[in-house]
Amino acid sequence: MISSISQAFSFAKKENRPALLTYTVAGDNTKKNSLEILKSISKHADICELGFPHNTPIADGGQIQTSSYRAIKNGTKFKDVLKIVKNFKKSKFSKPIILMGYFNMILQYGESKFLKDCKKNRVDGLIVVDLPWPENKKFAKKCKKNSISFVQLISPTTSKNRLKSIIRDSHEMVYYISMLSTTGGKLKVSPFKIISNYKKIKRINPSKNCVIGFGITKNNIKNLKAADGLVVGSAICREITNSLKKKQNPVTKVSNMVKKLKYKIL
Amino acid sequence: MKLKKKISILDQHDKFGFWGGKFGGNFVPETLKKPIHDLEILFNKLKNDKKFLSERDKYFKNWVGVPTRFIKLNNLTKFVGGAEIWSKVVSDANGGAHKIYNATVHCLLAKKSGKKIICGDTGAGYAGKMLSMAAKKFGLKCKIFMGVKDIKRQQPNVQAIRRNGAEIIPVYSGSQTLVDAVSECMRFWVANCDTTAMCVGSTVGPNIFVKICGWSTSQISRELKSQIIEEFGTIPNKLKLYNCVGGGSSSFGFWNEFMDYDKKQVEFIGVEAGGPSKSKKHAAPLTYRSKIGILHGAAQYVNQNNEGQIEETESISAGLDYPGVSPLHCFLKDTKRARYTAASDEDALMAFKIVSKYESIRPSLEPSHAFSVAISESKKFSKDTIVIVNSCGDAYKDRKILKKKLGVSL
Repeated sequence: MISSISQAFSFAKKENRPALLTYTVAGDNTKKNSLEILKSISKHADICELGFPHNTPIADGGQIQTSSYRAIKNGTKFKDVLKIVKNFKKSKFSKPIILMGYFNMILQYGESKFLKDCKKNRVDGLIVVDLPWPENKKFAKKCKKNSISFVQLISPTTSKNRLKSIIRDSHEMVYYISMLSTTGGKLKVSPFKIISNYKKIKRINPSKNCVIGFGITKNNIKNLKAADGLVVGSAICREITNSLKKKQNPVTKVSNMVKKLKYKIL
Repeated sequence: MKLKKKISILDQHDKFGFWGGKFGGNFVPETLKKPIHDLEILFNKLKNDKKFLSERDKYFKNWVGVPTRFIKLNNLTKFVGGAEIWSKVVSDANGGAHKIYNATVHCLLAKKSGKKIICGDTGAGYAGKMLSMAAKKFGLKCKIFMGVKDIKRQQPNVQAIRRNGAEIIPVYSGSQTLVDAVSECMRFWVANCDTTAMCVGSTVGPNIFVKICGWSTSQISRELKSQIIEEFGTIPNKLKLYNCVGGGSSSFGFWNEFMDYDKKQVEFIGVEAGGPSKSKKHAAPLTYRSKIGILHGAAQYVNQNNEGQIEETESISAGLDYPGVSPLHCFLKDTKRARYTAASDEDALMAFKIVSKYESIRPSLEPSHAFSVAISESKKFSKDTIVIVNSCGDAYKDRKILKKKLGVSL
């Protein structure tokens, strides 16, 4: 059976555009709003990444940190994250959901229980920021057994041999980190260079869906259109922060923003 | 879980970097895999390279100033009335604390790797001060990450860092202490690992950083071993080594050369920060049996809630104010080679008062924790027991706190 993540990519390909992936933090700015945000952006996005917030994130920039702290302060627990996923999946515009976070949360919840509960609540994929290859081999296999796609990360520092091994062990989607940066850094590499690195990954196995993330905003997204998918995260988190500052509704603000992002890649 | 003999504990990890199969490892973002791998290759080559070792020894001898003193605390021994109490005055080292060893080695490694910038974290400010000193010495640009709360309470070291020409980057996130400084420093490294070397300020972080730091601070026990033999003719039958434990770099370095002795002969006592006696918060994950979790790239006992969120700590001593602890100490605890306990803020202040009253040394608040337990346990020991406390930092940095809490002026 073809997975819903793969389906999302083929759907975008048919429209001759990259898939649009969004990242928001579960529970940001409230548990209720984060579900509303998901529901409203899923009209425009193809896959929704949902962060389960951790308070000691070693790879996140300021925007996602702010969102994560806000969510934790709201009392967002992992069971709330699952509840949000569950309700989102029930809604009209449900899209594939990829949970993203740090391994300690999974460890404390219990690896097997974590995967079982993810499966039960229809989580489609998982990104674990601090569980690189080959340390993640066992866990990735466990994910697969639970019909959850484990997303391998690739960075500009990944060597060629390593890249081959990672691709070999990857599932239907891999994630290319555009530059040396935490999330949300200013794009310091030219889109041309990013796409040329991206092509090196695709050459190893063209059937793997490769998305690009980190530093993507409405200003540069159209220059990266050649990719299978593009992830926008920090820019959305920033939009939530800004709308709160201006006492605007974060749900409509974020929804409008994602709509505009979509137009740029059509 | 077992400690092996005749092989450095630093090398007793498996291929994934775990000690005892579960402490340490490399829980890092993909981007850091390569710079960490490069550092592993460099360090593994150089740690056995005679030329590099003599270079290290040259700087340790002429610049750090080794050996640091090993002295008997006659008045304190008399006052306590039990074991003989001695101190290894590591605060004699250039800059006033043990952090100079790790900083020097990291700067030497950075030079060898061709990096022009070095970044580091600091809590008490000593790791930052020493890194800024070493960076200046070796011509590297230096960035120090420090929590805003620590910047306020450790001003003398902040000023020293700035005088050495380093940039201090204040960290506003979380509890604004060491844990946040380490996170922010790692994030900076993720974004700049092509040009910048990172120095983790203690025996924490991804596996290689634990190893480099432990290897560097082991200078303390190498010196101490020969000083003890010089003094007593042999290793005494009842030797007890007290050291404070935050991340655990000074204690590991203070113990490493004695690892193979039976613990009945050479006992290791690690003293963690118990925090204010009225507070539930502490920085003593080993003493209070915190669960294993992942912090800053390594699995370790760490203060955390059920969800895996790292908990805030509280201690009067910025250098010990850290929710986790070195994987090496977790390993030493579970193999029962070392014993761990905690001293409260008040205990540490009292110990400072006693030690500085009877002796000419003035331990900072970190080693004052170790002195506190050493003093109270020494009372019960026989006269032929030799107690040694590592006075690993000087109290000048704490003068504001000591003035406020004890009314003493340094």
